Amino acid sequence: MSDLLRDVVQDELRGDTPDFSPGDTIRVSYRIREGEKERIQAFEGVCIKRRGGGTAETFTVRKISSGIGVERVFPLHAPTVEGIEIVRRGRVRRAKLYYLRGLRGKAARIREKR
Amino acid sequence: MAGIIGKKIGMTRIFDENGAQVPVTVVEAGPCPVTQIKTAETDGYTAVQLGFGAQKVKRAAKAELGHAARAGLDVAPRVLREVAVEDGAEYELGQTLTVEQFEAGDRVKVTGTSKGRGFQGVVKRHGFAGRPGGHGHPMSRNPGSLGPGTDPSRVIKGKKLPGQMGGTRSTIRNLQVVRVDGERNLLFIKGGLPGSRDSYVLITK
Repeated sequence: MSDLLRDVVQDELRGDTPDFSPGDTIRVSYRIREGEKERIQAFEGVCIKRRGGGTAETFTVRKISSGIGVERVFPLHAPTVEGIEIVRRGRVRRAKLYYLRGLRGKAARIREKR
Repeated sequence: MAGIIGKKIGMTRIFDENGAQVPVTVVEAGPCPVTQIKTAETDGYTAVQLGFGAQKVKRAAKAELGHAARAGLDVAPRVLREVAVEDGAEYELGQTLTVEQFEAGDRVKVTGTSKGRGFQGVVKRHGFAGRPGGHGHPMSRNPGSLGPGTDPSRVIKGKKLPGQMGGTRSTIRNLQVVRVDGERNLLFIKGGLPGSRDSYVLITK
């Protein structure tokens, strides 16, 4: 990657993203557009993966919504992501927590990081 | 409006105002001095010749330096390209064109030399299907029949066959300018452009 391209990518990144990793429980506020109106919606769950680099970096959040597992992928540097709040830090031994998909209830708990 | 010569920097994605990601090619374009104005009287057509980059003075040929000096430059541009214009009188020698002539949302044509792919078969070069890979088929990527036999006893001109692929002049039209960075002389153009990184492209409206 040339220096110039690196600078371009650097300018595109937002500097205010908190430092979180898979296993952490996070609350993502993102702007949602309904016709003309704009509002902010929150999505809270466990971050199960982070992938990509530069402007392409995304993270996946998993939560159980009325008994059904829901996963959402957010671009980390998107202007539509209003804010990311870390609710709880978790201690995990994997980078990708796909195993959570097969677990539910008590078994899907994550130990808290001290 | 004329055009501008640029160098491909690379591709990335940027976010638009709705938060959607747009794939863009970053091009370092201009500033391009007008090095020659071709007129109907002297050349039989109207165009402006633009320069881009700079050659080391000791490497440039005397003729190139002389040509550049006519436009008031002390170094010879690395590349020269002509852009057809309706009226050459709008331009003057030595005038510099920058990315500022474009704005976000403009539709442009981009001309460059496509990446050379060497001698390629019909599957890669023309998108032929080849034979199925399994179920008792012999593996093959051959072109198949070249046409009828005894009559006409020849192969029709233009038949798609293996051969050199890429490395030719190629133009992509109707590309969208997503962003213009006048400070760093950058153009962000949606999608891919012909050629490899660091290759030169001509961008016209």
